[in-house]
Amino acid sequence: MIRRATRFLDERAGAAPFLRKALRYVFPDHWSFLLGEIALYSFVVLVLTGIYLTLFFEPSLKDTVYHGSYEPLQGQKMSEAYRSVVDISFKVNAGLLIRQTHHWAADVFVVAIVLHLLRVFFTGAFRKPRDYSVVMSVPIVGASLAVLVWGAGYPGIPSFEGRMYIAHVFLLPIAIAVLLSLHLLLVVARHHTQFPGPKRTERRVVGLPMVPGYVPRTLGLALAVAAVLVLLGGLVQINPIWQWGPYSVANGTNGAQPDWYLGWLIGALRLMPGFDVTIGDYTLVPNPFWGGVLFPMLVFAFLFAWPTIERRRTDDRDVHNLLDHPSDMSWRTAVGASVFSFVAVVFLAGSMDRIAVSVGVPYTWQIWIFRAGLLVVPPLVFVVTRRICSELSERKWSEVEPSMARE
Amino acid sequence: MRRLGRWAIAGAVLLVGRGQRRRQLPPPEPVVDAWEPAPRAELLVAGLLLLAAALAVAFIVIYAGGADTQLLGLALGLCFGTLAVASIVTAFRLTPPEEAEEPYPERFHSTEVAEVEQIASESGRPLTRRRLLGLTAGSAGLALGVALLAPVASLGPVFDTNQLRREPWRRGVRLVDSEGRVLRADDIELDTLHTAFPEGANPEILASPIVVVRVEPARLDLPVGRRNWAPGGIVAYSKVCTHAGCAVALYRAPHFEPSRPRPALVCPCHYSTFDPATGGTVLFGPAGRPLPQLPLAVGPKGELIALGGFSGAVGPSWSGVRE
Repeated sequence: MIRRATRFLDERAGAAPFLRKALRYVFPDHWSFLLGEIALYSFVVLVLTGIYLTLFFEPSLKDTVYHGSYEPLQGQKMSEAYRSVVDISFKVNAGLLIRQTHHWAADVFVVAIVLHLLRVFFTGAFRKPRDYSVVMSVPIVGASLAVLVWGAGYPGIPSFEGRMYIAHVFLLPIAIAVLLSLHLLLVVARHHTQFPGPKRTERRVVGLPMVPGYVPRTLGLALAVAAVLVLLGGLVQINPIWQWGPYSVANGTNGAQPDWYLGWLIGALRLMPGFDVTIGDYTLVPNPFWGGVLFPMLVFAFLFAWPTIERRRTDDRDVHNLLDHPSDMSWRTAVGASVFSFVAVVFLAGSMDRIAVSVGVPYTWQIWIFRAGLLVVPPLVFVVTRRICSELSERKWSEVEPSMARE
Repeated sequence: MRRLGRWAIAGAVLLVGRGQRRRQLPPPEPVVDAWEPAPRAELLVAGLLLLAAALAVAFIVIYAGGADTQLLGLALGLCFGTLAVASIVTAFRLTPPEEAEEPYPERFHSTEVAEVEQIASESGRPLTRRRLLGLTAGSAGLALGVALLAPVASLGPVFDTNQLRREPWRRGVRLVDSEGRVLRADDIELDTLHTAFPEGANPEILASPIVVVRVEPARLDLPVGRRNWAPGGIVAYSKVCTHAGCAVALYRAPHFEPSRPRPALVCPCHYSTFDPATGGTVLFGPAGRPLPQLPLAVGPKGELIALGGFSGAVGPSWSGVRE
């Protein structure tokens, strides 16, 4: 049976040599390698649920009056878009399940992709020959954030919402899918990295072959991701827009908070001291530019530039297939942790108003606490991380071979 | 006779060949590591697969019978969950924990790299005017690229700046609330924020919405030239924050002791805070300039009317927009 099927494929597509190789493709094993897979599988759930939702969503800002099953909104004026989302939630059977699963998938996707990025950074997986699979992934993060932002929906001129919608359901997902495929192709072409160990060298990769060991494992992970997302979508409410009511541009009645993944931009906008760059009566650079545009651009530029920065500093142009333990690379780990802590403080600052409500520290004090934190925390994190790394690494080496301990 | 002989030879060859072929097949070298059978694990997997099938059927039944979101999520989620467990049991009990080895791909293919370079240079050998061809091809490509992008302009204008600059407030325009009712000076109480619009104008124009509050007249300290803009301490400002254009929707006017900061208009987006008593000046936050003030007066029947346009440009400080 299998012989006949393979021969069928081989005669028509010449696929047997490829298949033979793919079946025993080796996957090095480490839990942190699964973060990328989790991102990939939640992207699949995101796309499938998203396609279903497009069949019901209407990207129109035309006024309409609600006459549906949800009593509190009965007879209210709202946009077609808002009405269609309320209908997806209450009228379409299984609509709410799919909609909430979609939202949860987006959240899990963002978290998984950021953790994956951190893993790649701290283990040095971005070095040659994989520097370009990393460069590929930075726009993936950017495009994903863009989709999420556009997904939030914009008030504005009527044709605007329609175009934002096309970007959300068509242009950006295709861009992400293309970049993701290129990223995976490059990973396969240069094979996966591995942590050093017995038999694991720069020349030979050791791990579990695709068949029979790896396929049921990764299938199990994919199904587990789907299970968690669907359970969240069914049981844990997210984005209940019917409770917030339709948005009226003129009244500016917004109880809507931006989603959490924009916290780092909101935080930057809020922490920025209030000044515009002006020449006489002419505003050259409006204030939101610093926090809303320059800050994220700098963060992305850092990620883009890092492989080059490190190559310049270490003058290391070699090919690397073995990963570093973060503690062995104290400088890189310290810089990474310090930059990450900077972004994390800004992110936290994005919830200053929530902190003020729940903890009671006045907002005006927090502004100054967080601003001071931005100056103090990153250097502190740098010094402490560097110290911890060198001690860990020293201890490890002295256990392996006392004479090899660094002087 | 000869024919018969051939048939005989063919038959003999076939017979002999059949026997030989059977004998020739040696067992192939094993590729996959040997691993102990685990019949109980197989039973467990089979049970889980059956359970998953049952949960999938349950999903269909729930869907057909009213589609309760929680039950749907439970059925489908648990179905995926059981399948996940079945996969993982298969992985750990029914497949060998192999440690396969494979060489990493070559760093680069030196022969092919050299050959690509050779092919490129040999193909270009007959060209004598390379710079000319390169420049002309570049300009053709650039021009075509711009031409193909040009139709995108039909999407515009993206930002209709005239729309932003339209001024619905003029001398004598009455203030109305969101339902269109005329606002009277008596309606405006201390420590209460009112949103108002110009009567008869489109409320969605950027400059339309204003906030109206009453400040204790003793506290008023408006800039020079705005002395008569606040009848009875009632002041009006644009509702659009000068920082990022959000709605200034909060009014900080606490009634409790002992900490009693001055009443302030607050934008909930980035917490720019403006002082209504001093002409909308920035008390705190990232805004770079004050809220534009609208001069008010009280009409003959006690209704609030505008005395003219705003004191400055409405909306966030885009390039060029300033007081």
